[in-house]
Amino acid sequence: MDLVTIWFILIAVLWIGYFVLDGFDLGVGVLMPFIGKDDLRRRVMVNTIGPVWDGNEVWLLVAGGATFAAFPLWYATMFSGFYLALFVLLLALIIRGVAFEYRGKRDSQAWRDRWDKAIFVGSAVPALLFGVAFGNVIGGSPIAPLEGTTADNASNLNFVGNFFDLLNPYALLMGVMTLTIFTTHGAIFLMLKTRGEVRAAARSAALRVGLVAAVAAVATLLWTQAFSERVSITLPMALVAAVLWIGALWMVLKGRDGWAFSLSAGTILVAVASLFVGLFPNVMLSSIDPAFNLTVTNASSQEYTLTIMTWVAVIMTPIVLAYQGWTYWVFRKRISTSMIPPQPSAGRADDRFAATK
Amino acid sequence: MGSALDLSRWQFGITTIYHFLFVPLTLGTVWFVAMFQTMWHFTGKEIYLKLTKFFGKLFLINFAMGVVTGIVQEFQFGMNWSEYSRFVGDVFGAPLAMEGLLAFFLESTFLGLWIFGWDRLPKKLHLATIWAAAVGTMLSAYFILAANAWMQHPVGYEIDPATGRAVLNDIGAVLFQNTAVMAFLHTMTASFMVSGAAVAAVGAWFLTKNRQVDVFRPAMKAGAVVTLVAAVGVSITGDLFSKIMVEQQPMKMAAAEALYDTQEDAPFSVLTIGDVTGDSATPIIEVPGLLSFLSTGDFNATVEGINDLQAAYEAQYGPGDYVPYVPVTYWSFRLMIGVGMLAAAWALWALWRYRRGRNPQGTGPVNKAFTIATPLIVLAPLAASTFGWIFTEMGRQPWVVFGEQLTADAVSPLLTTTEVWISLIGFTLVYAILAVIEVALLLKYIKQGAPEQVVADPYEEAAKQADEDKQLYFAY
Repeated sequence: MDLVTIWFILIAVLWIGYFVLDGFDLGVGVLMPFIGKDDLRRRVMVNTIGPVWDGNEVWLLVAGGATFAAFPLWYATMFSGFYLALFVLLLALIIRGVAFEYRGKRDSQAWRDRWDKAIFVGSAVPALLFGVAFGNVIGGSPIAPLEGTTADNASNLNFVGNFFDLLNPYALLMGVMTLTIFTTHGAIFLMLKTRGEVRAAARSAALRVGLVAAVAAVATLLWTQAFSERVSITLPMALVAAVLWIGALWMVLKGRDGWAFSLSAGTILVAVASLFVGLFPNVMLSSIDPAFNLTVTNASSQEYTLTIMTWVAVIMTPIVLAYQGWTYWVFRKRISTSMIPPQPSAGRADDRFAATK
Repeated sequence: MGSALDLSRWQFGITTIYHFLFVPLTLGTVWFVAMFQTMWHFTGKEIYLKLTKFFGKLFLINFAMGVVTGIVQEFQFGMNWSEYSRFVGDVFGAPLAMEGLLAFFLESTFLGLWIFGWDRLPKKLHLATIWAAAVGTMLSAYFILAANAWMQHPVGYEIDPATGRAVLNDIGAVLFQNTAVMAFLHTMTASFMVSGAAVAAVGAWFLTKNRQVDVFRPAMKAGAVVTLVAAVGVSITGDLFSKIMVEQQPMKMAAAEALYDTQEDAPFSVLTIGDVTGDSATPIIEVPGLLSFLSTGDFNATVEGINDLQAAYEAQYGPGDYVPYVPVTYWSFRLMIGVGMLAAAWALWALWRYRRGRNPQGTGPVNKAFTIATPLIVLAPLAASTFGWIFTEMGRQPWVVFGEQLTADAVSPLLTTTEVWISLIGFTLVYAILAVIEVALLLKYIKQGAPEQVVADPYEEAAKQADEDKQLYFAY
């Protein structure tokens, strides 16, 4: 297998990792106003992802950085082309990140409510926009050489559309898919990590949103076959994803939380993988002319860089998976509303371990 | 209105400077927290646990801002500088990807374990998590500084004649060239000046208020000593770095000195007044021969001047203006050095003032001056590091990659001014609001003081409780 193919697969792995992991963080954030009916319940929700959300978000930075290193032309054309959408995405991620840390820092309900809104917006917007962005990669967007140049040098290939071109039906549908899938995935995570009233509310949300997500996902993945390079592989993959999702929802019904989460994670894995499998050997499709596609060949770095980066990735990824996995083990206990200590900001200068009695 | 290029440059400058207000505090303070927790672990003295909790909280409030402003940085290369990204991606992308894989994962994962793991991890393991996070932050600094060093002094690459793009051929050269190593050492010592001053100033403030003196005296001392040692380090590395830059970017150093004409026994300018266009200048205060000495170690050496370098570059690179904007380069260089040393001066004062258990109180003029200076002193090294970045980036202009790509050729070609205005205003506003909030929170938690009581072993305590009765030791 040649290096550019290996790196296409590695980029896919990084994005899959990001969506499986930060997917449920985003989902929990989206559910804040719905399951988090009072402050205590919202605190439970935030604390299920508290220890892990930052490490999960790093998968996005590594996916982006790896794309920059392995396929610089893909990184350049995509990030400059999707400029305003990425700007909005960044603002959302900024306010989400700060909100987790700052929400408990003042003893004021209004303060906490404002940050909880930030968590909601900072989760819903990325959950939607990642789908929209991928929709434009998979379904194509206006890419062409700069005026006066040709596609012979792929460095000339730029996004020649505008922000509204990104909001096309296919991309928007994929955005709905990611939004609803991540929300359900987040609800299932909450089921796994909580007890009592929060878990009950999460279960109900998982079923309701999960059904909507199923419809959105089926529609999106079917439509995706129109763009796929190999329908004979991606269509079965889409069907497998659908089956896994049904399985996840059935496990939710049966109260088998661990299975439900494994299956929702598996669905995301297979669905995102199918997108990449259908895309190869392209990395960005041009809706203007297939001669203007960015591919693993014309968008990539050279052999030396790819070789070095392969070593780094092959050594580091298992290590990272190991210690990130360990984190989930350390924080495996379920959380309930009775376990939440007084707000850190409650004006007391001590950090006594408070017994419930 | 400004072109997309100019606006993108402003945006990069603003977002980077913001990012690097929070980062030096992160880079240094994490080691203080790790040290305090280690001291507690080995001595069992409660004041160290209190200091760990106190400074740990401040560290986290600040760390959040460093992380979120950092995401913008990674995206911005592709968003605003796509021509740059296409040109350098094969070389520049590698350290960035490594930063993510080796550093970001490490710091974020282990910080999560540290924040939430007090009652879930045995003490030794919990201590290890803050050290792991500290190492992660330092690795992150190394990789991004190596990437920046490559922009200043590109090595380990060749240009592919078919595509016109830079192609990496020696990763060792990129990661370990002297520019990268020196940039790292200089940045780390500068960060220790910032965080040392911050920790010492907080400690000293409590002493002036005669509050929790037993807890904060050690913090004040530790911070002040670190500030002084770091000041020595930053000066030595700064000197070595300047010598490297004289060789690798002589135009930057000539501009830093407003030295227009090549000279033997070149004088060091303490004050030079130039005209605003930067085309000429008149020295007011000079020290003869000192610039030659600082640049090369030899009082009689020849130091190249701006005009000769411009002529040489035109011969080498073709017609164009290869001179950076001299007033900014000159003043940022000087302010970096001058303002930075204020923190060292204050640290000496603090150590003298509080020597041998003293704690002067009262409203005399010296006490008053100290009480006023202390809360403000962290601004000095912070300003200095900002001036340092302004100096090194503005001094490299008009190049984005010295000798290979001009900044003007690096911007995303189809970016509209509208788009960049939106993002420039958006980032600036959001950053400003969040910075105000962060500072307000830091001040609030500083004033609250160190915890009065601390739990010595939350892990043991948690182990004793039945699952149903358990309360989380810490929660958001």
